[in-house]
Amino acid sequence: MRFLLDDEQREFARSLDGMLSAADTPGAVRAWAAGDTAPGRSLWTRLADAGVFALAVPERHDGLGPLPLELAVAFTELGRHAVPGPLVETVAAAALLDRLDGVGVDGAAAAWLPQIGSGKALVSLCVPAAGGPYALDADAADAVLVVEGDTVRLAATTGPVQPSADPARRLARPLGGSVLARGPAVTAAAAYAAETAALATAAHSLGLGRALLDRTVAYVRQRTQFGAAIGSFQAVKHRLADTLVALEFAQPLLHSAALALAEGADHSAAEVAAAKVTAGEAAYAAARTALQLHGAVGYTEELDLALWIRKARPLRDAWGTPAACRARVLGS
Amino acid sequence: MDLDFSTAEEAFRAEARAWLTAHVPETPLPSLETERGFAAHRTWERTLFADRWSVVSWPEEYGGRGASILRWLIFEEEYYAAGAPGRVSQNGINLLAPTLFEHGTDEQRARVLPSMASGEVIWAQAWSEPESGSDLASLRSTAERTDGGWLLNGQKTWSSRAAFADRAFGLFRSDPDTAKPHQGLTYLMFPLDADGVTVRPIGRLDGKPAFAELFLDDVFVPDHDVIGAPGQGWRVAMSTAGNERGLTLRSPGRFTSAAARLTALWRETADPSDTALRDRVADAVIGARAYRLSAYAGASRLAAGGTIGAESSLNKVFWSELDIALHETALDLLGPYGELADAAGDAPAHGAWAEGHTFSLAGPIYAGTNEIQRDIIAERLLGLPKGRR
Ligand SMILES: Cc1cc2nc3c(=O)[nH]c(=O)nc-3n(C[C@H](O)[C@H](O)[C@H](O)COP(=O)(O)OP(=O)(O)OC[C@H]3O[C@@H](n4cnc5c(N)ncnc54)[C@H](O)[C@@H]3O)c2cc1C
Repeated sequence: MRFLLDDEQREFARSLDGMLSAADTPGAVRAWAAGDTAPGRSLWTRLADAGVFALAVPERHDGLGPLPLELAVAFTELGRHAVPGPLVETVAAAALLDRLDGVGVDGAAAAWLPQIGSGKALVSLCVPAAGGPYALDADAADAVLVVEGDTVRLAATTGPVQPSADPARRLARPLGGSVLARGPAVTAAAAYAAETAALATAAHSLGLGRALLDRTVAYVRQRTQFGAAIGSFQAVKHRLADTLVALEFAQPLLHSAALALAEGADHSAAEVAAAKVTAGEAAYAAARTALQLHGAVGYTEELDLALWIRKARPLRDAWGTPAACRARVLGS
Repeated sequence: MDLDFSTAEEAFRAEARAWLTAHVPETPLPSLETERGFAAHRTWERTLFADRWSVVSWPEEYGGRGASILRWLIFEEEYYAAGAPGRVSQNGINLLAPTLFEHGTDEQRARVLPSMASGEVIWAQAWSEPESGSDLASLRSTAERTDGGWLLNGQKTWSSRAAFADRAFGLFRSDPDTAKPHQGLTYLMFPLDADGVTVRPIGRLDGKPAFAELFLDDVFVPDHDVIGAPGQGWRVAMSTAGNERGLTLRSPGRFTSAAARLTALWRETADPSDTALRDRVADAVIGARAYRLSAYAGASRLAAGGTIGAESSLNKVFWSELDIALHETALDLLGPYGELADAAGDAPAHGAWAEGHTFSLAGPIYAGTNEIQRDIIAERLLGLPKGRR
């Protein structure tokens, strides 16, 4: 297997990072949380133009994918910039439709996959067995897919938004709708979609954790107390060193999981689960460290840091709780 | 997990596995931290050497196979998976040899390396002193210039297996008048049975007698046993320290094989409703996998012309904590059998878990304590300001 990213993949990450740094991503997150999706959607279009969603869409529907490793690279950058919206759900929905194409939902696949790839459609996905009863950002999505048992539905409507601890995550129950397909192919496709979602969430977490670490390192270098930068105190340094250790060792698990998914390997479920729990725990620990080392200013909503801190715990638990992931690693 | 290696690498793996299957002793050897075990392990080193498996990554002229770091990782995986004996020559192979490859003379390499590879000469590391552990540069033992060489005086301590080893390598203060403590140090090698050396064994936490303190009283060392330039010992030692905490001291095979044994133990013994214990088993398995993947990524970076610097401190913190987690989880699975020492006839797995557990507890202390590693990570990798040491 390849252990290192190639130049093209690294350049892709760099260009996404550059584009998102120049865009007012925090502004888009705040607007999204307040129910104004316009800045988020314009960001979404730019991500689509950069090719992010095409990575999840097969070539026969005008995409480039599925390319799980490139998706992991992209989602790490999306996490680094805390981009709002049903990003994970959209690529997972693409994975679902791709697998069901030709086994019952040809019309839906043909209708939605090109639109997902081009960034015209935001699609949310709810698989209660793998990710809980809510669809993320269903109110902003152009379509909401729901998989229950061996049945996939296109939801007709959604219940009221249930505010999340991260206001930029808007949760709602999908309601009603028409059955698109039924049968064992749906169960298999949903399992694959859930793995794709877990992988993208792991990458999102990893990027989030790296951003939290970077921002905190910058802060402790300039904040002084007792006449010295707080970053010179050992208790502070050691906590940040542990944060780096945890993130660094999550990275190769993510990389390997993406390759396993790309190959369709039997062990991909266990690999994705290992990456998901490790990246999720590392990012949540990074969030706690970031908050602690920023002190009270870290506890304020004004500071953009809050946008990252609040996302860490929901991402850790979305698309596979740590307990579920650990059980899967042991095949039990 | 599958990693696809080239056909040549797979052939190398198969060759190593076949050899190990044919040669690894069926009953584990007695602990290498005891006199009897030390002797048995020395014989094992000779067996390895005879078929050029003792130092696979060394050049062929010194008894190695010139294996790439990737092949070395493969060999180590097979070695631990086969349950092969611990390496009594590890201090020499992991610490002194890389130092000689980097800083030694051709004469020193030709003289020292083959007998190290064969287990004929087993080396001890004589760095620490009673007053100088983490602050190694504060060491006080001296090397004083004399005709054709140096005279060593002072005391070294916690030297692993020095009670049974043949020779030692260490740092000595050769110039007492320097501005900074890490200047004026000289790195040299000396025999443990030389005139003026007194070796006193110190028991360890696990009851094994293999630590020793060394008292040095006008011990003569000829010039050809100085490594690098006199006065430059700190620089020489720091390149060794990078090896010590980086990959070469703890290859992933050790942890992946322990994780596999732990998983088997869990399947045999665990109460399926105990999800807390299951989660810890999973975390240990994931940790071993992460370490393995990270090692292969590091090897790939090296192969692509990169270097490993302060990153080795990340490894040190990670493997030492992983090792403890693996062994603590195993003891919890063993319940009442967990406390049986490796000498106990009833001890499961010939006491490997018990012995491994006590040893794992030392991981965050030796090879530079984890507190010191965290300082290095914070300052060199994260760029945080130096604080008071
Ligand atoms: C199993 C084992 C094998 C060993 N084998 C060898 C050997 O073969 N040869 C050899 O030379 N030595 C050997 N050692 C010794 C080892 O290198 C030292 O124990 C180590 O360097 C720490 O030094 P110390 O024990 O003096 O602890 P100290 O330096 O006294 O430290 C005690 C505690 O204080 C902490 N501390 C010290 N300074 C700082 C600081 N600046 N910031 C934060 N915390 C700090 C340490 O992290 C540690 O927790 C071995 C040790 C063990 C346990």
